[in-house]
Amino acid sequence: MPYQFTVSPDFSPDHLSGWFFFNTWLQKQTGQAIHLETYDSFQAQLEAIQRNEVDLIYANPFDAAMLVREKGFLPLVRANGVADEAIIAVSAESSVDKVTNLMPGITIAVTEDPAVLMMGMIMLESADLSADNIQTAIHNSYVLVAKNLLQGNADVGIFLAEAYDDLANITKNKLKILVRSQISVIHHSLMIGPSLADKRDDIQNLLVAMALGEKGNSVLKSLGFASWIKVEDEEMEFMIDVMDTLAI
Amino acid sequence: MIHDMKPEDMIGDYKETRLALYRSITRLILYTDIETPYPDGKLIVSTTDKEGIITHVNKAFVEISGYTEDELLDSPHSILRHPDMPSAAFKDLWDTVNKGIPWQGYVKNLRKDGGYYWVKATVIPNIRQGKVVSYTSVRRKPSRTKVEECIKLYPTLF
Ligand SMILES: Cc1cc2nc3c(=O)[nH]c(=O)nc-3n(C[C@H](O)[C@H](O)[C@H](O)COP(=O)(O)O)c2cc1C
Repeated sequence: MPYQFTVSPDFSPDHLSGWFFFNTWLQKQTGQAIHLETYDSFQAQLEAIQRNEVDLIYANPFDAAMLVREKGFLPLVRANGVADEAIIAVSAESSVDKVTNLMPGITIAVTEDPAVLMMGMIMLESADLSADNIQTAIHNSYVLVAKNLLQGNADVGIFLAEAYDDLANITKNKLKILVRSQISVIHHSLMIGPSLADKRDDIQNLLVAMALGEKGNSVLKSLGFASWIKVEDEEMEFMIDVMDTLAI
Repeated sequence: MIHDMKPEDMIGDYKETRLALYRSITRLILYTDIETPYPDGKLIVSTTDKEGIITHVNKAFVEISGYTEDELLDSPHSILRHPDMPSAAFKDLWDTVNKGIPWQGYVKNLRKDGGYYWVKATVIPNIRQGKVVSYTSVRRKPSRTKVEECIKLYPTLF
């Protein structure tokens, strides 16, 4: 049986081929058979994790607590210089200039990404907005979130900051950022399950050195970042603690 | 360490009082009416040991408190204690986290320059290998409505 690798379903479609290149690279480097399985929803991925069908995962920060505490996963690495941050934006034509101008009853366009949603809702809380007094419309991509804002189907959008920055300029010019989070300690991480735990140090060392090789370097490019950096256990625990405080 | 507040650090007109901290030391408190708004999009984070001595602060904490990181590390967290905060709030905080349960509340904090800032704080015990090893507080921007409620409520708790 090959080991099962999966990527949090929030990855940008541009990077899908990058994850397949990464998986090929990893198999060559480790000499292990690893199969990349992608799920089209967080729910489907969660069920696979619950059935112990995942050995390696590029995990959404929201899932890290469950992976560590319930499933015995450990952190390996995270993308250098990449943190999960959220942006609250409205149409450029909107009369709203700050979060506190937003009123109960509005419709918020979001994606399924649970960490981004949580960070976004924290920023809306200061305007007395919560799941109880807003409507959320879930879309499949941030491009669709932007589109729904521009078409007037939603009053506010919650974006992954990186995805917002990657929107076409023509789209961004028609949007207005109300607030951008600067949390910096919340990030996706590559995590390893109990079945691979004995290979953790070896895999971690390979990943940290990945940017040094020509092949590794080009695979990283297709993933959209320059290198991996090691995540210490305590750094992961701290991120989980911060996420825990935001969940209440 | 906590020292008396100094007139030369004050910005604006200030009042004086004394607060008993840690039930032992008395600190001279100088405070003004100047509010610093909570920085949008940021979380203010600090960690303390089990006695409430600060062991870690993030950049947002340093910026809003007006202290340097060196001044904050190894100081009791009551370095931010504002005289308008009822001690019942902090008793509740400690009683709650000592039971291993998160505490959430609205806190008016005192800056080094005598000004203040409101936060919504969530304090949780950091559990490692099944044991509480420290506490972390993560603050977010509070809603103005909630702050107004606290401005009315807190004076009644003295
Ligand atoms: C993690 C953590 C964070 C805290 N943050 C604050 C704070 O921001 N402001 C504050 O006045 N007290 C804070 N406290 C409570 C203080 O430790 C202290 O109880 C309080 O300032 C009252 O002082 P006293 O206990 O000496 O009377 C915090 C405690 C913990 C454990």
